[in-house]
Amino acid sequence: MKKITKEAILETLEKVTDPEIPVLSIVDMGLIRDIQLTENQIEVVITPTYSGCPAMNVIEIEILATLQMNGFENVKVTTVLSPAWTTDWLTERGRQQLLEYGIAPPARGTVDKHVLFQEDRVVACPQCNSINTKMISQFGSTACKAMYKCNDCLEPFDYFKCI
Amino acid sequence: MKSALFDYTLRLGDSSLIIGHRLSEWCGHGPVLEQDIALINIALDLVGQAKSFLEYAGKVEAKGRDEDALAYHRIDRDFRNILLAEQPNEDFAFTIIRQFLFDAFQYPFYQRLAKSKDPQLAAIAQKSLKEVTYHLRFSSEWTIRLGDGTPESHEKMQTAINELWAFTGELFEMTETDEILIEHGIAIDLNEIKPIWEQKVKAIFKEATLEIPTTNWMQSGGKKGIHTEYLGFILAEMQYLPRAFPDAKW
Ligand SMILES: [Zn+2]
Repeated sequence: MKKITKEAILETLEKVTDPEIPVLSIVDMGLIRDIQLTENQIEVVITPTYSGCPAMNVIEIEILATLQMNGFENVKVTTVLSPAWTTDWLTERGRQQLLEYGIAPPARGTVDKHVLFQEDRVVACPQCNSINTKMISQFGSTACKAMYKCNDCLEPFDYFKCI
Repeated sequence: MKSALFDYTLRLGDSSLIIGHRLSEWCGHGPVLEQDIALINIALDLVGQAKSFLEYAGKVEAKGRDEDALAYHRIDRDFRNILLAEQPNEDFAFTIIRQFLFDAFQYPFYQRLAKSKDPQLAAIAQKSLKEVTYHLRFSSEWTIRLGDGTPESHEKMQTAINELWAFTGELFEMTETDEILIEHGIAIDLNEIKPIWEQKVKAIFKEATLEIPTTNWMQSGGKKGIHTEYLGFILAEMQYLPRAFPDAKW
């Protein structure tokens, strides 16, 4: 019989990844907001990255399946919207994994206001580390990314944009 | 109070759903790949926001309808979206102007709704505000770029403004629903949003060398379920599959 602790559950949830960024666990993404243990139920509280994130359903199913496979019974997943997810919740390990995967991690500090009519942030190329890069579009292959290109190594790359 | 909250939540959800659906029609048709992707990203955000609102509306109504039932199994007269949202895409200029007029409203509106006394509306607004910030930047930049672009792009943008202007009055129109909910600290007084919206529109249009039309006549009806001829066609497309195959699953 597995000992049911929040730590054990969290450790198991590290096996669940975002289907759109398979190197990143949902724990390192900061999607797990809480784990509630009652006598006969485990409640995992998650929050979506974006309102329209199409991965949320899959993530919920993955959480249930992974916990069950690892011996946790009676699991329920609840979604909360507040406080709204921010890229500041990405862990240090998560940022490193993004970089290794070829996605530039978000600049630190939530931007909101910054987005409205200001100079684009300096984003270093994840391939060659050059800061001679240019934003092509605020919107990329998924809701959480913007498109950039590197003027030195000429590679296009994704930037995990601040929210 | 409950029926007012249902009506209000439905209105917010329907406007996001319908304009989101309109934007999604650009998928595969954008002028260049990056802008095609941008429009679809914005569409996805808006449909996601609509899902949150409609899910909540269903809970408020408490008649067992979920977000899918509300989106796919209501007729046009039951939709509460503003008329601006359902206007056709026409060309890229038309789509950008429609989006800019909408985003310039959503941004200050969600800033305030994020402090609503209804915790779920406040939560959806907080979340949506982050996304709308990117939308507003996108539509503002394109308004300036095309307005202050070539004579042809300028003319197309001005035509779009002239055609769509009559639908902007409804953004600030309030009904009994608003009155009831404002009293409870839930709804936002749209008279407060109007000057902020006007200021934003004026500033961007000025930079874009575009003119605000002088006509004052405004079309109304969406918030009461009276729609333009376009909504029926949107619903026919959007609702076809779930109506023809009621238990269809991915
Ligand atoms: Zn490079």
